[in-house]
Amino acid sequence: MLKTFTLGGIHPPREKLSSGSAITPLPLPERVSIPLSQHIGAPALPLVKKGDRVKVGQLIGEAAGFISANVHSSVSGVVLNVEEAVDASGYARLAVVIRVEGDEWDDRVKQRESPDRYLSAYSREEMLSAIQAAGVVGMGGATFPTRVKLTPPTGSRPEILIVNGAECEPFLTADHRLMVERGRELLIGTRFLMKALGVEQAIIGIENNKPDAIAKMREAVAKHALGIKVCPLKVKYPQGGEKQLIEATTGRHVPSGALPISVGVVVHNVGTVYAAYEAITMHKPLVERVVTVTGKSLARPGNYLCRVGTPVACLIEAAGGLPGDTGKVINGGPMMGKALASTDAVVTKGTSGVLVIPVGEALRKPYRDCIRCTRCVQVCPMGLEPYLLMTLGEYQRTGELERERVMDCIECGACSFACPAYRPLLDVIRLGKSRVGQMIKSRK
Amino acid sequence: MNTLIVSPSPHVHGGDSIERNMYGVLVALLPALFCSVFFFGWGALRVTIAAVASTVLFEYIIQRYLWRQPVAIKDGSAIITGVLLAFNLPSTIPLWLVVLGALVAIGVGKMSFGGLGNNIFNPALVGRVFLLISFPVQMTTWPVPNGFETTDAVTGPTPLVLVKQALRTQKPFAELLPGGEHSLLELGTGSGVAGSLGEISAFALLLGFAYLLLRRVITWHVPVSIFLAIALFSGVLHWSNPAYASPLFHLLSGGVMLGAIFMATDYVTSPMSRRGMWIYGVGIGVLTIVIRNFGAYPEGMSFAILIMNACTPLINKYCKPKRFA
Repeated sequence: MLKTFTLGGIHPPREKLSSGSAITPLPLPERVSIPLSQHIGAPALPLVKKGDRVKVGQLIGEAAGFISANVHSSVSGVVLNVEEAVDASGYARLAVVIRVEGDEWDDRVKQRESPDRYLSAYSREEMLSAIQAAGVVGMGGATFPTRVKLTPPTGSRPEILIVNGAECEPFLTADHRLMVERGRELLIGTRFLMKALGVEQAIIGIENNKPDAIAKMREAVAKHALGIKVCPLKVKYPQGGEKQLIEATTGRHVPSGALPISVGVVVHNVGTVYAAYEAITMHKPLVERVVTVTGKSLARPGNYLCRVGTPVACLIEAAGGLPGDTGKVINGGPMMGKALASTDAVVTKGTSGVLVIPVGEALRKPYRDCIRCTRCVQVCPMGLEPYLLMTLGEYQRTGELERERVMDCIECGACSFACPAYRPLLDVIRLGKSRVGQMIKSRK
Repeated sequence: MNTLIVSPSPHVHGGDSIERNMYGVLVALLPALFCSVFFFGWGALRVTIAAVASTVLFEYIIQRYLWRQPVAIKDGSAIITGVLLAFNLPSTIPLWLVVLGALVAIGVGKMSFGGLGNNIFNPALVGRVFLLISFPVQMTTWPVPNGFETTDAVTGPTPLVLVKQALRTQKPFAELLPGGEHSLLELGTGSGVAGSLGEISAFALLLGFAYLLLRRVITWHVPVSIFLAIALFSGVLHWSNPAYASPLFHLLSGGVMLGAIFMATDYVTSPMSRRGMWIYGVGIGVLTIVIRNFGAYPEGMSFAILIMNACTPLINKYCKPKRFA
């Protein structure tokens, strides 16, 4: 019996169009725009100014505080400007614009031999500082600084590292390809993170629709073993949700409002593990990542190794150009991704995919009154009542929203997906969450 | 460059719709409709058509001319109300009563609350109970099924009337049943039993239940909790005194199957959480047996459902689904 999480969940069409296409390096763009805020927390402080020459991997933004992350140049060339630019979030944020000239890397970034020797050569602290220096953040989309997640608060004791290879979003295959093509590196990276956390046990959770990835990771584990287990999971969305994945792989339940560390677990995405591997063995900062470019009307859906700051338009060009029937371009997957206002938006550390949706599927249908069919309650993986949260949100009954545990919502979108009356449940719930969030803040 | 559409996630929809569910219910009602036409003849079809035509027409008129809003009759909910109302009527009922019942069902039961999704009570049951209380004679003149035979319909009591007869005389209930235990089979298949249109065949209704479950239009919780409550409660009574009818009789007679599968499971008027569904279902089952054995009416299903409909908001308030942690 395959493992999965218990409550709710949906089965959207998987649409993994690009699962068979190997990771291909994307040609360098003419210019990049590197946002200084690609992570949760304080934006990095710019270290360069107009006219500076930079190399690949050079620090251009310094972490501003504990919850922040370094930002490095992803190309070599000349800084054109440090300016406000609209990023994938839709907000204007400070970014370093660089004209690309050649591909000259910072001297310290090197492929080194026998990477596993760092396991013994590096102390825990050295690993943590290498990860911090490289500006590694959670690459599954949340972009939380990895260093912070690897330093659990005093008093808590991590026991298990979970590597998130669920990739439950339809269409996306970046993590899948990473596991198939870089299994060995991921395994070493996992052992690095185990050492950094001080845990003896790691579980790699992979949904069962990726048998080649499961086989590859098992093969790699068989060679290096030592406390690492590959756990195939029954396909169900949102398996990759942190709390859901922890339940599926360990049976532990993270309490409402608590972090995974409260049950002794830390979860990292496979992309993050790979970035940590490169940070430790190559001193390579997080300047490039695998991005799935996909969509039903796209000529060549694929997985591209792409420099941070590359305009989304370049990726779409590589995949065959923007189809004429395009209605939406999404940063991420169809369930949780953000719709882009323009293809000038750039790839950041958290961009796992670029999805092009035809106009016919991009428009929502007009919504109707709730018929109280209970679908939303049935599919909610957190055991909430989305229909009620939406109503309370509409009437701005913030106190009741909090009591109905609106803050537990992980915004997976299963409720809106399942609603036969096409109600925008998650839209209103998000507004409610932000109101409750403000209320909680004002209490302090 | 073409302009892009920007909206919050999720960007895909599962494809379920109100129509898919409503027409699913209608398909599930078809076997029972065939059975009632087979057993009661054209009268059954006449009542059904009249009921559906009037519910749809009244909804259309109210939306179009009273509310001045887009007409949504094609969502199928008014058709269901029509069919269910017809299924709760005797096949020989005068048509003007059918039309009046439809007006009360749609006008009072549904549209006065704001239409689909906002009503507190099951509209078809509001219509039926209105007719039952206002026109008791016409509503309890049950024809004995004789199919398409041209002889005038013979009226007879529904087997439920025997329940209280047995209790009055304190005779074992089984002795009063014509044909004894054998007639339980007749209750299941329908031949020879007087009653409303849709109550005629438990098996046809169960077939519809299977279809609804298969297509995931409803979950099993409400019907099964009703069945269990009825079986247990009437079982205890029957075991303590054989003058009380047996559980199987209670399950197969009257409106239990129709009510449990098609009326109590009405989305709008039933609870939202699993635990709430159990409380609601058990409440309906217990109330039905109480009314059948100790109440003034021979049948209690309609009243039981309406009473539990009224409790649904309270149940929703106190019964929360199982939280993640």
